[in-house]
Amino acid sequence: MAEAKEADRLPDHVDHYESSDQGDFNENEAPGDSHEKILIASDSYEDLNYDDIAVSSFGKPYSGSIIDIVRHNSCSDEKEADASSLNLINESSAESSNEDQNEGQVKDLSADKVPEDVGEGMKLEIRENEDFGPEWRQKKKHLFIFSSAGKPIYSRHGSEDKLVTIMGVMQALVSFVQVSGDNMRCIIAGDHKFIFLNRDQIVLVGVSSAGDSSTQIVLQLSYVYNQIISVLTYTSLHKIFKQRRNYDLRRLLSGAEKFIDNLVNMMDTEPGFLLGAIRCLPLDAPVREMIEQTIVLNAKVKDLVFAVMLANNQLISLVRMKKYFLSAMDLHLIINLVNASESFKTAESWTPICLPKFDSSGFLQAHISYLDENSQTCLLLLSVDREAFFTLSECKNKIQERLLKYNSLRAISDSLATTSYSIQQCGITDLRHFLYKSKSIAQYTSPELEAPYLTPADQERLFGLYHYLHHRIHSPARPLKILYYVGEQETLLGWMTQGFELYTVFGPLVTKTNAIHAINKLLRWIKKEEDQLFILNSVTF
Amino acid sequence: MSTRTTKSLEGKVVVVGSQGVGKTSVVIRYVGGMFSKAVSPTIGASFFTYKFNLGNYRVKLQVWDTAGQERFRSMAPMYYRKANAAMLVYDITSSDSFYDIKDWVKELKNNVDTPLVLCLVGNKCDLEESRAVSKDEAEEYASSINSLFYETSALKNMGVDEAFLQVAKQMVHLYETNPNSGLNTMDLYMKSESTHSDDNNTDIKLDAKTSPNNSTSGSGCGC
Ligand SMILES: Nc1nc2c(ncn2[C@@H]2O[C@H](COP(=O)(O)OP(=O)(O)OP(=O)(O)O)[C@@H](O)[C@H]2O)c(=O)[nH]1
Ligand SMILES: [Mg+2]
Repeated sequence: MAEAKEADRLPDHVDHYESSDQGDFNENEAPGDSHEKILIASDSYEDLNYDDIAVSSFGKPYSGSIIDIVRHNSCSDEKEADASSLNLINESSAESSNEDQNEGQVKDLSADKVPEDVGEGMKLEIRENEDFGPEWRQKKKHLFIFSSAGKPIYSRHGSEDKLVTIMGVMQALVSFVQVSGDNMRCIIAGDHKFIFLNRDQIVLVGVSSAGDSSTQIVLQLSYVYNQIISVLTYTSLHKIFKQRRNYDLRRLLSGAEKFIDNLVNMMDTEPGFLLGAIRCLPLDAPVREMIEQTIVLNAKVKDLVFAVMLANNQLISLVRMKKYFLSAMDLHLIINLVNASESFKTAESWTPICLPKFDSSGFLQAHISYLDENSQTCLLLLSVDREAFFTLSECKNKIQERLLKYNSLRAISDSLATTSYSIQQCGITDLRHFLYKSKSIAQYTSPELEAPYLTPADQERLFGLYHYLHHRIHSPARPLKILYYVGEQETLLGWMTQGFELYTVFGPLVTKTNAIHAINKLLRWIKKEEDQLFILNSVTF
Repeated sequence: MSTRTTKSLEGKVVVVGSQGVGKTSVVIRYVGGMFSKAVSPTIGASFFTYKFNLGNYRVKLQVWDTAGQERFRSMAPMYYRKANAAMLVYDITSSDSFYDIKDWVKELKNNVDTPLVLCLVGNKCDLEESRAVSKDEAEEYASSINSLFYETSALKNMGVDEAFLQVAKQMVHLYETNPNSGLNTMDLYMKSESTHSDDNNTDIKLDAKTSPNNSTSGSGCGC
């Protein structure tokens, strides 16, 4: 229903060209393709229809990875005793009997079963009140989180306390629909979409007038849900509400609101979340290799699962324990954690973090430190051992020393200084901007934002175009391989193959032939640069 | 060549207290000698070290600055179980933060069986006009739990150095009087000509033979 609506709201004078032609570029040569598993792509967007997100992918806690690693490394009883101090891990193993797995899962409901009267005609009667002033109303995107008992947990704009009423109304709607065995998913009111995600005693509601599609909003909500899991673990969230349905979760989330704030802000500007892909810091292949080797050599310690090096929200390197993989979605949460926390810049830190895709039932312990004076390059060492701080701290010192000695930190800061690359470097006239995602490695690349996308308003518009293009190409009802779309101020060309997704933005005067020609040229350019732009080798300890 | 034996003492200090009382600010004032208005809430715990000479000891403090946020509360045992000293920080303008200390003390008493130097710290004493916890009350409480007591201001640099110094002295005392103190030491062999440098250990020859707790008496000198 929502999808159809969107198509109707196409900006004026649209010339549609949809085709399954694939241009000249050989699909099998997707730039940045790799057979090695570097990052696990999040569930492919096509599969992320509402039911999957709402029911399956987060319903079952992966209870396993952490316990497996702890068990695998425990050679004797002595270690077993050690593990008992990891109380969360133990709890989860106790609960991993499927007992509660089905609980809290919403009943499946296909779109056409949504009761008519809950949809379009619905008018929310919210008392006029100065707390919902014009400024509040004008916000394009809202996010509300409350417990199934109706207790406010989070609101993006305005304090939750003042929004008790509105959340109460939403909760009433949710339970009203639930009583009849259905599940509230979506309300469309004029330009506004209200998207509901009902998970484990908490309800997330995204309200948007920004033009993003229902599925895209569900995806955003699921990131936020994962952020909450990342702070609390699925196991303890579940347990808390099982014990006290009325619990005020804000107590436990106190101080973590800023991670949600930061996450939703990043999702408004960073295409990586939409694409389910990570951006790498462009580096010469030998430099990156040197960094990877340094980590492998100096951090080969027991119980260390992942070593992640980041700078300015971009991945520099990822080294993992054999058999274990990091998913792009979890890496996004790690990036968000680093991005939102100034305190890591003060000193070495040691903090628990749950990676929901890796294991939603327990915490990993993260040793977090910056390697350079300017606090740009951040190293995270994630271990299952809560006592590993000093070991990891030593690893960090050795890594830092060696990277300094071989000037790798210098190379990183040089790369950061030039932010990314200019679209000019691709040498394609009329191409203004693009997003390219290599599916097999869950990584993407895009040039710097340049004129005419310099003001926040223009960047927002550009981002809106990408959302539109992305939505059309991934439309569940009618997925497309190629979409050529002539808008008022620019022409868009999107192309999806087995190996990649490409979204390009041209000036308004480009012709169809030229645009297709241009993307072939672009793909060749990306292919040429792939060693710089992507991490193509999977490195393990 | 005349040499004299100096001991190095490694003391573990855990800093606890409610959210926003100024734990990080106090630690940074002590370790870094400055105050930053922009300090942000601690995530998990941050680790600092500080070295200085105290009598015959070369003291290395390992400071765990823990986060006050509720969700990290369950992590605390990981830090205090191994600590030799605990700084209990409250904010003199918040009586709630002072009452929270009592919970902390209870928890420490119940869970730590090694000797622990306690130091009650009333921070933000520059905000005299909004004081909510009287000095007398805090002092009385401190002596009832056998704790040191200081009022400090990380902002105005008052009392911070004194508090840490007394904690270090107490740890030395603890080490000297209690064989089960859990404090780590190692012998250092120091050339007498090169001593008296205050904060700088480059000229100390360190015989890297670690001997936990009981000093290996009568071992030969390193040169
Ligand atoms: N006036 C005054 N303000 C202080 C003092 N010490 C800290 N503050 C302020 O108190 C606030 C909290 O300080 P932090 O050092 O972050 O407190 P914390 O106890 O480490 O907080 P958490 O890490 O969240 O547990 C900051 O705004 C500091 O600027 C002080 O001595 N005087
Ligand atoms: Mg702090």
